[in-house]
Amino acid sequence: MEIDDVDPTSPEVMLTFYRRLYPFKSIFHWLNQDANPTRRFTQREFAFTLPGDIYLRYQSFNSAEDLKKQVCQLNPSRFEIGPVYSARPRDKKTLRPGVLVPIQRELVFDIDMTDYDPVRTCCSGAGICKRCWGFIAAAVHVLDGAIRDNFGYQNLLWVYSGRRGIHLWISDSEALSLTDDHRKALVEFVSMNLGGETGNKRLNIRSKNVPPSIRHAADMLNQKFPDLVLADQECFDGENGSETLLSMLPPDIVSSLRKDWTANPYKSSEDKWEDLKLKAKADKSSVLLRALQDIVLLYTYPRIDAEVSKHRNHLLKAPFCVHPKTGRVCVPVNPDQVEEFDPDTVPTVGQLLKELDAIPKDENSPYEHHADWEKTSLKPYVDLLNQHALRLMEQTKGAKREDDLSW
Amino acid sequence: MHRARERRNVSKGDYNVSKDNDGASTYPHRLNFYDRPPMSDVTVEEFETSALDRLRVLTEIESSAARNRTWDETKRVIDSLCKKHLPLGPNPPNLKDEQWIRDTERRKDHLSHFVLRLAFCRSEDLRRRFVKAETTLFRIRYETDLVDDRYQFLDSRQLDRTVASEEEKKEYKEDLISLHFSGPEDNTTKELWFKAARFYKVRWTRVPDLVERRSILLKGGWAYVPENAQASIIYDEFETRLVKALEVTNRALPRLDEDTRLLPILENLSKGFVAGVSSEVYDPSNQSNGDIKAEMVDELARQHFPLCMRTLHENLRRDSHLKHFGRLNYGLFLKVLGLSIEEAVVFWRKAFNKMTDDKFNKEHKYNIRHSYGLEGKRANYPAKSCVQLLTCAPSEPGCPYRQYSPENLSSALLQYYSGQGLTSADLPEILGTVKGGHCHVACTRVFEITHGKRVKRGEGMGEGESVTHPNQYAAKSIEMS
Ligand SMILES: [Zn+2]
Repeated sequence: MEIDDVDPTSPEVMLTFYRRLYPFKSIFHWLNQDANPTRRFTQREFAFTLPGDIYLRYQSFNSAEDLKKQVCQLNPSRFEIGPVYSARPRDKKTLRPGVLVPIQRELVFDIDMTDYDPVRTCCSGAGICKRCWGFIAAAVHVLDGAIRDNFGYQNLLWVYSGRRGIHLWISDSEALSLTDDHRKALVEFVSMNLGGETGNKRLNIRSKNVPPSIRHAADMLNQKFPDLVLADQECFDGENGSETLLSMLPPDIVSSLRKDWTANPYKSSEDKWEDLKLKAKADKSSVLLRALQDIVLLYTYPRIDAEVSKHRNHLLKAPFCVHPKTGRVCVPVNPDQVEEFDPDTVPTVGQLLKELDAIPKDENSPYEHHADWEKTSLKPYVDLLNQHALRLMEQTKGAKREDDLSW
Repeated sequence: MHRARERRNVSKGDYNVSKDNDGASTYPHRLNFYDRPPMSDVTVEEFETSALDRLRVLTEIESSAARNRTWDETKRVIDSLCKKHLPLGPNPPNLKDEQWIRDTERRKDHLSHFVLRLAFCRSEDLRRRFVKAETTLFRIRYETDLVDDRYQFLDSRQLDRTVASEEEKKEYKEDLISLHFSGPEDNTTKELWFKAARFYKVRWTRVPDLVERRSILLKGGWAYVPENAQASIIYDEFETRLVKALEVTNRALPRLDEDTRLLPILENLSKGFVAGVSSEVYDPSNQSNGDIKAEMVDELARQHFPLCMRTLHENLRRDSHLKHFGRLNYGLFLKVLGLSIEEAVVFWRKAFNKMTDDKFNKEHKYNIRHSYGLEGKRANYPAKSCVQLLTCAPSEPGCPYRQYSPENLSSALLQYYSGQGLTSADLPEILGTVKGGHCHVACTRVFEITHGKRVKRGEGMGEGESVTHPNQYAAKSIEMS
């Protein structure tokens, strides 16, 4: 395809992208939560990845324009966003040691498809397709719901990572101020130790009863499991599939099932699961029922990269950066439509530049480079971020009004 | 604030165990939130010794975390260390009898806490570590408190918490029961239990440990904490108050600089904490006396010396020479180990085998005699402690765990200790501990590994204590052989 001929890593391509398409203003409003620059922006760390694996940390800027200027000058292959510090990060060298400490940071999550390699059958490693995106979609549903329901946070921004995963940025003011200890507690609360391999996996959640938060997630995942794991991924098809499934079941029922499934080698994953459900109904002790519930969670519960979330000063790639391998832009994702999201249809930088070329030049317009994204397929995604940022700015205004009244 | 008072309180005079006018004790509870500074007079010596005792406990709490001790192990180790250095008993059944013992203990606990506040309020990092260690200590004491004492203490506190309304209870009934009810599965018992159950509603950030264990109900960021889990609220309250108090103290501190007696003490205390070792835990004065011969040193070094001294020894053998600070540190170490002055002269004469007699006698003999207190000021110089080795200039031979690159440290450890059971499989743990800044814990771990037949993991120098002095390491090792 012609579109993909553009090398996303070429400096010219990236420079044009930054100059004409990257929504600096929206990013500013989202991080700053206010129309005028506050320390949420001016004391925020940015880090640039430059050609030759140079990693430039502790950059900070006074305004969106400042940031844009520097990005266009350095032309990084990507840049990352860090915490708000107690002073300007760029003054680091002149500050007394210990003065520059992180004080605020969006609570972030990272879910990566590679962690699903033990359970997905369609792709592996760097690969991703519409089918295995189903795992990500299930994870987004569970995590988005758990954060809102349990922790009461409202300002969640989901962003496609450009290749095979998704990031979540939470901007509620309590979330911004969480200490590392808080972050660790929250991550432990929402994550489960699912391990890398499926064989003989026992989930560590049954000390007593299943905690309510996990039970709510399980209810949701029980709905998705048949389509995703059984019908689409066919995780338990064939002899290997049978053995994988058997290894997770109570030992006393394994041999009769193995005999039955070996005699019917073409039995589908769905039919095998039906066998198990029938058996579970007959079993009064509900041992099997609990085992089946564990399997559902093991296959579909969000696999979170906990280390990313636990530390305030972890840097995470900024939304709308370009993935250097795929050329795809890291666009926001509406969690209510995450199931329909198709990573293959996300605009690439090459495609966007072609769209720009096709715009008829208005010779009289002095604003050639201003908000060109409006005229490209990037628009719906920038709109998504803008709506999100606008909501945050409204809340800031509301909080200010409340402060005024309290005088 | 309390600064002015504290200055007045630190006087040379004796003190009386404090009583209010009505004769009631100032310390009705074993547990203390340290809201108010100590009011009684204190000697400078008491100021220092009480703080040093508390510091031993706090540094061991830090070590426990670095050694990945379980909570029960930590509790056991700290509890026994507290009994030795910072005892704090329960209320005696007959108040009159033993109250004065309790008051003395509680007064020391109170005073030492406030001295360390002064020492550790000055940097963000020290404050954070102090708060963590103190909160852990409070938690250990809370858990070991007698139930009655604990209730009395709780009743004395006005804790900031609201009780969940009946409507909320009803709304979340199913979840609350499934989380917290552990009795028999019949409905009447369940209903009775639920009716009587009381839940405190606090922001989830105040009970992170309960959140982390998923042991409470969370709704919209509110945690519903059952009465029996309210300890978490107490710990949070303790921690939050201490964080604030330390910031206030830090801002008020400059005024303390006028008192020249206290400043060096505080400096010394925080230095020890920075290094992760309390300053003077090991008392090398109870050394063995002069029964080590010069020719025994090689063998002793191979079997019993910590890495810092082993390195100096090997360098001495390799180069037939050591630079000034190396000679000084190693010489004092050998002196305390039990090498007499006569043997020391023999040892060093043989060691510097490329040197002429004349040069040795002129340049080195005097220094050796000097270090034994036989020349010059005739002072009895002590051997360097771990704190000193950890905080010395990078150009001086200090603690190798701090000074070496991971690669050099790995190869040194394997070279010197593989004969005593250390293998490359042990290295990741040791390097990880060093990376976390806990050099003395890494050294203690090496001691455990190389004495694996007699010392179990976590036992350290005995009862879980960490290495604080190279001579302690060597003496313990020799004692066990
Ligand atoms: Zn796929």
